[in-house]
Amino acid sequence: MDSVRYDGERRGHRVPIALKILVAGGFGAGKTTLVSALSEVRPLQTEEILTGAGIDTDDLSGVETKSTTTVAMDFGRITINDDLQLYLFGTPGQDRFWFLWDELAFGALGAVVLADTRRLADCFPSIDYFEQRGIPFVVGVNCFDDSRRFSLEAVRRALDLDPDVPMVLCDARDRQSGKTVLISLVEHVARQRGEPVPTA
Amino acid sequence: MRTDLPGHRHEWLDDDAGPVVRPYTLTGGRVRPSADGFDLVAYVLAKPDPDLAAYPELHPEHRLLVELAGRGTPVVELAADLDLAVGVVRVLLGDLLSRGLVAVHQPPRATYLPDNDILKAVVDGLRAL
Repeated sequence: MDSVRYDGERRGHRVPIALKILVAGGFGAGKTTLVSALSEVRPLQTEEILTGAGIDTDDLSGVETKSTTTVAMDFGRITINDDLQLYLFGTPGQDRFWFLWDELAFGALGAVVLADTRRLADCFPSIDYFEQRGIPFVVGVNCFDDSRRFSLEAVRRALDLDPDVPMVLCDARDRQSGKTVLISLVEHVARQRGEPVPTA
Repeated sequence: MRTDLPGHRHEWLDDDAGPVVRPYTLTGGRVRPSADGFDLVAYVLAKPDPDLAAYPELHPEHRLLVELAGRGTPVVELAADLDLAVGVVRVLLGDLLSRGLVAVHQPPRATYLPDNDILKAVVDGLRAL
């Protein structure tokens, strides 16, 4: 593991490996719900700051009249064991916050794209994003109570998905269902690396 | 805090954009940390028994960060615990790093890690939840 400056010693502390998984999809597709269902702690929220002045400059002094604003990110945690933690990040729902995605996506293990069959096109930007960057992803088709059930094949055709990309029906409110989606993602990552995880 | 904008409208600001804040007051206007490498899930670990009295220039938020990082905490959780934006926390952590008060452990780059053993452990761990 890389460490920055300092002596890098752990001094008796275990520093777990933290893996990032992104949860993406259109507004209202169930991202926050899925993160909540899976997180072992109440989902936390943090903010990133957007400032027209701040993006390309190093210093805000002297620009007191410029306004800044913030975008909230939801995240949750799953402790696998003492050495391994998963962090789930709900991606900000609007395309214009793409630069937050870039930071979230850096070093991420992979992503879950939640699709809402009532508004399938809403997840196109997420799928494009991960395809273009070569980040492994699975599509979770969130089954809302009032949505028509489509066959997975029909959804796959509508999304024009690569045949290798797993699709899973899921209920974002249900922890077991969410776990199934994450497992399919990790297995997909392993397959892509040519080292499939043996099924238990 | 939501403020009415004087003068021109800012392209980022509308009802969806969230509250308008001046969060960088705490950092004296600095928006870049003194060191790169504070990934959202990088673990910050405070130096054991830090002598904070030797650094009167540090803000209460710096001191809280050192306290919270005593047990090793990822950047994003520090930000959530302090209810500060991640960008602000990064600047404050840079101050602490340059004084040797914290160490930062970067997460593995997913391009070459995790190896298959880790992926298997994740799958097994998820199944067992």
